[in-house]
Amino acid sequence: QHLPALTALSPFPEFPYFIHIHAMKVKVLSRNPDDYVRETKLDIQRVPRNYDPSLHPFEVPREYTRALNATKLERVFAKPFLASLDGHRDGVNCMAKHPKSLSTMLSGSCDGEVVWNLTKRECVRTLQAHEGFVRGMVVRFCGTSFFTVGDDKTIKQWKMETPGYGEEEEPLNTILGKSVFTSIDHHQKEGVFVTCGQQVDIWDEQRSSPIRSFSWGVDSFSCVRFNPVETELLASCASDRSIVLYDMREATPLKKVIMNMRSNTLCWNPMEAYNFTCSNEDYNLYTYDMRYLDKPFTVHMDHVSAVLDVDYSPTGKEFVSASFDKTIRIFPKDSGHSREVYHTKRMQHVISIKWSSDNKYILSASDEMNIRLWKANAAEKLGLLAPREKAAVNYSQKLKEKFQHHPQIRRISHHRHLPKSIYSQTKELRVMKEARRRKERNVRKHSKPGSMPVVTEKEKHVVTVVK
Amino acid sequence: MAASSETMLKKPHVGKKRKPPTRYWERTEEDGKNDGKKQKEGDNNEQTPQQNNTRTKKGGKRGGKRGGAGKKVISGKSDPFPGSAPVPEEKLKKFRRGVKGELPPRPQYKLRDVVIRSEAASDLAQKQNARYDLMLPEDAGFLEGDEDEDTCTISQDDIVDAVDITAGAKYFNLTLSQFGPYRLDYSKTGRHLLLGGRRGHVTCLDWQSKQLMCEMNVMETVNDVKWLHSEALFAVAQKKWLYIYDNKGIELHCIRKFNDVLRMQFLPYHFLLATASATGFLQYLDVSVGKEVVAICTKAGRLDVMAHNPHNAIIHLGHSNGTVTLWTPNQREPLVKMLCHQGGVRSVAVDKTGTYMVTSGMDKKLKVYDIRAYRPLQSYFLPAGASCLSLSQRGLLSAATGDIVQVYRDVWGIPVTKPYMAHRAKGSVWGVHFCPFEDVLGVGHGEGFTSMVVPGAGEPNFDGLDANPYRSAKQRQEWEVKALLEKIQPELIGLDPSQLSQVDHSTWEQRHEDRVQVLGFDPLAKEKFTPRLKTKGRSSSGKVEKRKKQVAHEDQRDVIRQTVEDRMKIDKERKEKEKKKAAAAGQKSALDRFRK
Repeated sequence: QHLPALTALSPFPEFPYFIHIHAMKVKVLSRNPDDYVRETKLDIQRVPRNYDPSLHPFEVPREYTRALNATKLERVFAKPFLASLDGHRDGVNCMAKHPKSLSTMLSGSCDGEVVWNLTKRECVRTLQAHEGFVRGMVVRFCGTSFFTVGDDKTIKQWKMETPGYGEEEEPLNTILGKSVFTSIDHHQKEGVFVTCGQQVDIWDEQRSSPIRSFSWGVDSFSCVRFNPVETELLASCASDRSIVLYDMREATPLKKVIMNMRSNTLCWNPMEAYNFTCSNEDYNLYTYDMRYLDKPFTVHMDHVSAVLDVDYSPTGKEFVSASFDKTIRIFPKDSGHSREVYHTKRMQHVISIKWSSDNKYILSASDEMNIRLWKANAAEKLGLLAPREKAAVNYSQKLKEKFQHHPQIRRISHHRHLPKSIYSQTKELRVMKEARRRKERNVRKHSKPGSMPVVTEKEKHVVTVVK
Repeated sequence: MAASSETMLKKPHVGKKRKPPTRYWERTEEDGKNDGKKQKEGDNNEQTPQQNNTRTKKGGKRGGKRGGAGKKVISGKSDPFPGSAPVPEEKLKKFRRGVKGELPPRPQYKLRDVVIRSEAASDLAQKQNARYDLMLPEDAGFLEGDEDEDTCTISQDDIVDAVDITAGAKYFNLTLSQFGPYRLDYSKTGRHLLLGGRRGHVTCLDWQSKQLMCEMNVMETVNDVKWLHSEALFAVAQKKWLYIYDNKGIELHCIRKFNDVLRMQFLPYHFLLATASATGFLQYLDVSVGKEVVAICTKAGRLDVMAHNPHNAIIHLGHSNGTVTLWTPNQREPLVKMLCHQGGVRSVAVDKTGTYMVTSGMDKKLKVYDIRAYRPLQSYFLPAGASCLSLSQRGLLSAATGDIVQVYRDVWGIPVTKPYMAHRAKGSVWGVHFCPFEDVLGVGHGEGFTSMVVPGAGEPNFDGLDANPYRSAKQRQEWEVKALLEKIQPELIGLDPSQLSQVDHSTWEQRHEDRVQVLGFDPLAKEKFTPRLKTKGRSSSGKVEKRKKQVAHEDQRDVIRQTVEDRMKIDKERKEKEKKKAAAAGQKSALDRFRK
């Protein structure tokens, strides 16, 4: 074995006596402290950086630790409940957003109706709109007036401005219909609105009779909505378990899909013109592509009772749903399960829900006469953020995203405390579902091969599509 | 500007013909003219002759070369350096993390999109880092001798004479002959020095300003000293127990669980103090909470050789039987056991990137290993053998033989024959340690301490958020809080620290099993062939069996045919590739005549 020997250098006999005028070149690190220390106490500290990876060992474990800390802190700071607006003397039945003013919101109860100022959290104006229930309300796209429908078979148009001193609170317009109206929605750009009850009526603001009426063998509709992008399109939920699509320009409805159970409300995606989500009595929400109605492209499960209302965020990425099980859930539009659930001890069946136009807040109206204001992002810090704060938030967001599938982080970020009733009901539903699946499997096992085709979850809930 | 200077040139100066130095982007007159003509041909319909003329004069060679994307500005000139400046490849390489994987196939368009975006982001980050790296303010030190002069003959005094006063002041001796020999440790920022004399003298000082922080005698044998995460705390391994002191010299803890400690290592990102004792125990102390993490009985006798890998926080122990063992707190057995020397191991050192390990043994050899592959790289013979080893941030190796300290450069590259520097200490050397971020080697010996100047040892540019030698008290406090918040748990110590970021490929079988369990049926299962029941007596059980076998054979044959075809195809491709390679090589070798 050949070894390069270092014999020549070990002891240096002449080393101490070595005298020589060196013509060597030498440089030794010598830093000027002035370059590294701040000049006065008024300056900020200097922080020279060197991003060389070898100076930053354990990059991944440190990032993981940061992500874990960020996840824990997110749970610590998750305080979504902001305020409760009380003042109604009966259950709140419907709400409407103002298209121009973020701080204004309208709510209609079973006996009258109220306009709210959200920043001050106080009631601005109260008016007795209808006798009996206020079934639906909508603000005109310009924000100067709003429409209400009620159980007294009338449609009323009101001024947004509070009447001056001495003036009486009177509607601008009143239309007396033939039957009870259950819902109302306004066109995005024109003076046209739509109501539903026994049929779907399209009204011109200037006329006292509908310009068009649609019915398709059903006697009752619960909800009708204009498409916010393709403004001539409409969708409605009917009591015969169907969702019907219309084009305002045509004389007949476009098509309908009949499902296993009745849909309560629906909401169009404000960013994707062809997608809508409907809240169903069978505890689920279904997102449909209106071009392919034969099966929903996502089934959103998690509620443990009938879903009563749904509203999209203005970004079209998420939607919020209100349920009879006394909770609100937020779903990403393409995920089958919710990312967030809100509940309080006092909140009863949630009837109506709205996502505010600035994407930051959620408003829920419930049975026990209260409207609640929630943060859309539970752990978000409200108010103005300093640039460094913003950067830190973005950084931790990215880290959480990067390590989201690690078991520990996943466990912490997914954990939610639920009321006992909902917790046990969820468990029960899971057991039931499992039992059903097991039974189906056994039946398939013992029947003729091919006679029991596998039906996917998406296909299960649709009965038929009619054109 | 270039254009104007050249137009000036045309005017005859009185009696003087001075040319401005030609820049590399300027071309000679003829070149330019030729090029100008070409350009004229190319786009004569757009440009007036005048403009053409100006272009001829200053026409950017580089601009032309880089795609001719020279944007014209209003003044008629074109940018000679269009686009962003190029980044040198080796700088980019320095900041590359991992290798680019293949893009997922088109049908998985969402995943594909995510992958494309994240790769673009990491490319951008890499480029920006590399750009920033070009602008770092300090350069590393160096020492170059005359022609035919060895740098190892240059004495410390000569270096001190040649450099400025502040750098020269870094060479100094502390004569402490009473309580030696001394062990030493530098703090993580390289600002503070801790000395521990064998006979109980412990002192810590800010060695650059020479300010003494504390000095005491513990009236006991001191085996080793170590700074903890900051310069506020240090650990001293005394005769019986392990003690923690603060920088005023006040005893904070006496840790009786840690007895007979001989060597200590501190893992700064884990806040772990690893100790090796005379009783053969390797113990880990979590200094952030003051709890013992684990005590491992190594069953290898007295442990007096210890090092830690700064890249993955694994502890290396050297044993008297010539083996080096690698330990984590998560496993009671060594991860790796390497036989490195015949005879005992005297010292171990691991480099900053976790690539190389240098060991010295009683067999007077100095060996370099690649510890990623556990492969010996170099082996040197030192006549006296090295008692202490230390590696600097930039890869210099110091080896102490008796009272001489030698510094080697690049021991893992081409075999070195001569040291880079050498210095004779006053007593026999007991501990050597390179100071981080400085060109300084601290040598603890029998007669005290020597701080030696070794040009090119330290990393010139520190990172202010990680280890800042110039930090204020407030900055230190903030750093401490941040560091504690991102303390890495001891469970995460392993051979590959980046494993957490990699995809956990559970086997295909495992995933398939899970899927079957969830679905309740096997989606990939092939239907078993059940022969149709034939009436009229032809369906005896024997015949049914025979028909089943036939089908099974056919299936098998299909599979075999497919694999044979695949293999043929691969063989053919390989042969073609080889043929092409041979054709590219072109030349015949002498042995080709025997080939048919």
